Amino acid sequence: MGHVPLSWYLILSAILFALGVAGFVYRKSVITVFMSIELMLNAVNLTFIAFSYELHRIDGHIFSFFVMVVAAAEAAVGLAIILTIFKNRGTLQIDEVDSLKL
Amino acid sequence: MPIDIQIAAADYLRFLPEIILTVFGIVIMMLEAVTPEGSKKSFLGGIAVLGIVLAFVANIGAFTDAGIAFQNMLIVDGYGTFFRGLVLVVGFLCVLASFNYLEREGAQSGEYYALILFSLVGQCILATSNDLIMVFIGLEISSIATYILAGYLRDDRRNNESALKYFLLGSFATAFLLYGIAWTYGLIGSTNLEEIRRVLSVGERPSVLAGLAAALMFVGFGFKVSVVPFQMWAPDVYQGAAAPVSAFMSAGPKAAAFAVFFRVFMTSFRPLNDRWIWLVWGCALATMIIGNFAALLQTNVKRLLGYSSIAHAGYVLVALTASSQIGVAAAMFYLASYALMNIGAFIVISHIAARNERYVKIEDLAGLGRREPATAALLAVFVFSLIGVPLTGGFFGKFYVFQAALSSHLVWLTVLGLVNSAIAAYYYLKIVVAIYMHEPSEAMTALPPPSLGLRVAIWASALGTLFLGIFPGTLLGFASYSAAAFR
Repeated sequence: MGHVPLSWYLILSAILFALGVAGFVYRKSVITVFMSIELMLNAVNLTFIAFSYELHRIDGHIFSFFVMVVAAAEAAVGLAIILTIFKNRGTLQIDEVDSLKL
Repeated sequence: MPIDIQIAAADYLRFLPEIILTVFGIVIMMLEAVTPEGSKKSFLGGIAVLGIVLAFVANIGAFTDAGIAFQNMLIVDGYGTFFRGLVLVVGFLCVLASFNYLEREGAQSGEYYALILFSLVGQCILATSNDLIMVFIGLEISSIATYILAGYLRDDRRNNESALKYFLLGSFATAFLLYGIAWTYGLIGSTNLEEIRRVLSVGERPSVLAGLAAALMFVGFGFKVSVVPFQMWAPDVYQGAAAPVSAFMSAGPKAAAFAVFFRVFMTSFRPLNDRWIWLVWGCALATMIIGNFAALLQTNVKRLLGYSSIAHAGYVLVALTASSQIGVAAAMFYLASYALMNIGAFIVISHIAARNERYVKIEDLAGLGRREPATAALLAVFVFSLIGVPLTGGFFGKFYVFQAALSSHLVWLTVLGLVNSAIAAYYYLKIVVAIYMHEPSEAMTALPPPSLGLRVAIWASALGTLFLGIFPGTLLGFASYSAAAFR
């Protein structure tokens, strides 16, 4: 089995992270924006696992579990918030959720 | 490789405040479930107050046996104890101020108080964290509970929007912080704050990447403490959330995030000091300028306080730019006085706003000095402290921050900061002018007298603000002693 070098994993995770940032900034639907954040968190997980494997240490794996657990908790709260928005406004377009202004 | 984990009794003692808060939070949620529908639920808030007081006592108890806990994950030192105490005081005042508000909005329930306690748990962990894992977990416990609090009044559109913006930008920030942590872990091979410092100070490692990791973490913390260019959520969130929640969010999570921000940058990334200091210099200046100038245009008091909180974050960053023990002590004092005066101002607004938060414009404050002389005088105290008038905590906060900046030879930053605080006086004085010099409008109905909890919270914040302004030495002495740990 060929050994995949560390840098490939890091480049892949950097690309995923950048895609997540781009999605967060440019997408208009709240759900897609939320998915972009999840993509960023998964890029972080990949980085952790790659480094952890390379360093022959277990704590990076443990860290990625913490990230997953917290992401799940965050998703529960986030989807609940998105649901209340939809109930009260009937839209999930980010541009239309802008009543708080001057 | 089996890992030998031994947990001593002393570890639990040092972790006792968090344990107490968690237990009280869970008890409140269970009592809520068994309380019959339609009966009064404000006693649940009383339990929360009791829990916070006990946690405060435990915090002092933990300090008598200071040291590290749980395999170096947490560190109970003067600095951690200071910020743990500060966020507990913030929680105490906000719970007291919430009884009346929730009663008025018909939203009295146990989960509100439980969420405040859980948020405090996260902030206490942040204050004492000594490892990036704990930084992450503390930040998330605090943030997730606060996201829910921001949208607590489910049927209120402003609350919904506030929660959504806070949640999306908060999670976005967390992702940056985590990516920074991941790179730090990969480059250093450890997530312990002291260990990172040790490796960075000896090595001729490729510290460009380490600088990049530090920058990613700066972005993450920058969002949490609303530093320019990551400040855009703050005014919307503070305007949209319920006023007691805004009081809480603008003081508690912010103080805790600043605590860990300083700890990480003054411990772990201190060896890279010359790389990040200019970044912080620029952000501090931009934060002060944008916060103050945007606040000049506001007509909504909550939004104005949101922008003013951005400006105050800028002053605290000035202390970080000083990058010295004096700077850390100054920031600690500043955050304490800022928390008291800002909570006080938000609480007074929550009282005046009346049902459904109808009266939150500056012109709605017109004639308050005649309608409610006592409340108006206390609001004036908070506003003067936010300006930085002598005899208030805000004055010494600014004084120490700029003194620290000068002792680190940051002359320009000091001068521009002082100019900024002079500009800020304009929009704060608009509030004072409205209170005392404008005639009350006809439409205003008489306010019900403030409840006991509200009165205690307002008076305690006001007395605290004045105490820090007249006897700053006590708190500053402890802050300087604690800051000495940042060698």
